[in-house]
Amino acid sequence: MKVIKIDKKHWAGGIEKSRSAYRLFGPVMVENKDFSDFEELNAGEMPDMTATDTRTSPKSICFPPEEVMMEYSTDETRDDCNLMRVPVKDYSPRAVIGIRPYDAAAYLIVKKNFDTPEYRDPYWCDAYAACTFIGLAVNEPSRLDFSTSTNSGPFDESGLDVLLVDMGGHYFAKVITEKGAAYLKAAGWEEAAGDGAEQQIEELKVKAERMIQTTISFDRIKEKSIMELHGADFWDDAAFACINCGTCTYVCPTCWCFDIQDETKGKSGVRIKAWDSCMYPLFTIHTTGHNPRETKVHRVRQRFMHKLKYYMDKYEDGIMCVGCGRCVRSCPVNIDIRRVCQSMNG
Amino acid sequence: MQNPYLPYPVRIDDIEIATEDKSLKTFKFVFLNKEDEEKFSYKAGQFGELSVPGKGEIPIGIASSPVEKGFVMFTVNKAGVVTTHLHNMKVGDVMGIRGPLGNWYPWEQLEGKNILIVGGGFAFTTLRSSIVYMLDPANRSKFGTIDVVYGARNPGMLLYKNELIEWEKRDDINMHITVDGTTDPDWKYNVGFVPPVTEAKAPKGDENTYAIVCGPPIMIKFTQPVLEKLGYTHDKIIMSLENRMKCGFGMCGRCGIGKELVCKDGPVFTLDQLNRTPREY
Ligand SMILES: Cc1cc2nc3c(=O)[nH]c(=O)nc-3n(C[C@H](O)[C@H](O)[C@H](O)COP(=O)(O)OP(=O)(O)OC[C@H]3O[C@@H](n4cnc5c(N)ncnc54)[C@H](O)[C@@H]3O)c2cc1C
Ligand code: SF4
Ligand code: SF4
Ligand code: FES
Repeated sequence: MKVIKIDKKHWAGGIEKSRSAYRLFGPVMVENKDFSDFEELNAGEMPDMTATDTRTSPKSICFPPEEVMMEYSTDETRDDCNLMRVPVKDYSPRAVIGIRPYDAAAYLIVKKNFDTPEYRDPYWCDAYAACTFIGLAVNEPSRLDFSTSTNSGPFDESGLDVLLVDMGGHYFAKVITEKGAAYLKAAGWEEAAGDGAEQQIEELKVKAERMIQTTISFDRIKEKSIMELHGADFWDDAAFACINCGTCTYVCPTCWCFDIQDETKGKSGVRIKAWDSCMYPLFTIHTTGHNPRETKVHRVRQRFMHKLKYYMDKYEDGIMCVGCGRCVRSCPVNIDIRRVCQSMNG
Repeated sequence: MQNPYLPYPVRIDDIEIATEDKSLKTFKFVFLNKEDEEKFSYKAGQFGELSVPGKGEIPIGIASSPVEKGFVMFTVNKAGVVTTHLHNMKVGDVMGIRGPLGNWYPWEQLEGKNILIVGGGFAFTTLRSSIVYMLDPANRSKFGTIDVVYGARNPGMLLYKNELIEWEKRDDINMHITVDGTTDPDWKYNVGFVPPVTEAKAPKGDENTYAIVCGPPIMIKFTQPVLEKLGYTHDKIIMSLENRMKCGFGMCGRCGIGKELVCKDGPVFTLDQLNRTPREY
């Protein structure tokens, strides 16, 4: 595999150069806040490559918190009254700079939902197809990172087009796909790294993986039946402190549930797709008032069962979690997916 | 692949009050673009999303039958925002329909079998679609006996009354219409709840007989033991679920019960399948 060397002196220039062919997205510090998030980079703005985890995940680049899907007019004097039309969208190439390897791996999980043999969500799929993921390896995983035990890891290449590794004065850029090579070329970074680069990357990878302190196991969850886990006795305890705020689902790179709403102003309006959460009672309540997931225990169970069991069974895959640790960090009452997973795997 | 969120434009062609208390109306729609009717080709048991710009979308079972051409029909109970708005719309109004969505009653598997249909209240819509389909001259010989137990609170609440009376007269379908109660002295059909009428009138369950059951939860709860007593095994009892839905094709995650998404993997399930699924419906 080809490795390119990018001297940090050439970093800003390359990023700038690539703008002529790509819309750029990257982590930026949110103004007056002490966290960063993924955003489209304005002219002149650079991705913050020192950002540890962004507060929310970069899933928003293809799955915005709110997205207009269609527009309509309810003006009866118009020919197209009450007819839905899809607005023109910009699916020109996007480069996502500095995405963490596990966040890119999360895209592969979410893809199973939005890109199926029978149906294709054009909004997600077209945005995804436009993306080139220029990931940044995590040299020093956080205390909450457990990505090595979720089939991902700090140097995971599975969702990436390029893996950047910070070597101090320069980056090594491991070229994973053609798309990745095209981006590096557009940025003008073409200096071959030479012998030994792959070896150095491997050493950093081993070191980073060793720094990860916690792991989870789900081997026994696979063998248990849905009904056995659903009826287990630990759900009351697991849900006890939860206030159903939904934060865990909003920050998660693999949570994909959404709502569809119409917003009308005067005689024109839009139909939007908006993030939703299984933690809210409104998510499932019937018009009759009957709610199949009436209590918070039902809803907490749904979140963990979906992530750690239903997904696994439906797609014959691992779990619907890449171990980024965001939900653990953000939960106001310290509910920890690692502990719940342990109960389920017990 | 087309955008699955984008509804086909339709025009309301006819609106009929379906029950005496006016809580249900039957809407006939025609597609504004002829080719969309082809694309909407469906099987009995599927549903569509009725789409009213500015109000939202609602999942409604398709009440017309695949053998009826030139229109699609839905019977809608006035319940909340979208259904109430729909009840106030007029013939000629334009709106949208998405679909067909979900699976259908397992017609391939049902061929050559005796069919028992048990319905209650306004959950008779896709059952009507099924009956019309089976009674079609091209299809009738594909099935054994057909029995229908259908109940409503009173005669005025029975859907599709003219058709029910027509079917009563035929000898290739055994109708067991019932009402909870009536003050009509001329009522010549059954009086009583669906479960006891099923117990008294329905054919015994065997290898060659399937039951399709749709109705309010309370009816289903008391019909299940009756069917078991009659010898229906759980793999021969077919039901259709109603969960809150949005997308209708398996992406928004709202209608999940266990690993199944009711909108895409259902709404039709056998009781045997439901026994292995959390009861979150
Ligand atoms: C497969 C299937 C088949 C069905 N078949 C039939 C049938 O044949 N006939 C029939 O009468 N009924 C049928 N139903 C039930 C029918 O879908 C509901 O009665 C209907 O959706 C109620 O819609 P409403 O807008 O009137 O109710 P509301 O409770 O007002 O709202 C439902 C919709 O309004 C919006 N909405 C309102 N409040 C909120 C909120 N707080 N948060 C988010 N969104 C909100 C959403 O778009 C929501 O989907 C079926 C249901 C299913 C799942
Ligand atoms: S963040 Fe914590 S308290 Fe909030 S819904 Fe999630 S588990 Fe519950
Ligand atoms: S469940 Fe928590 S740890 Fe797992 S991917 Fe989502 S936010 Fe990260
Ligand atoms: S309604 Fe969206 S997944 Fe079923």
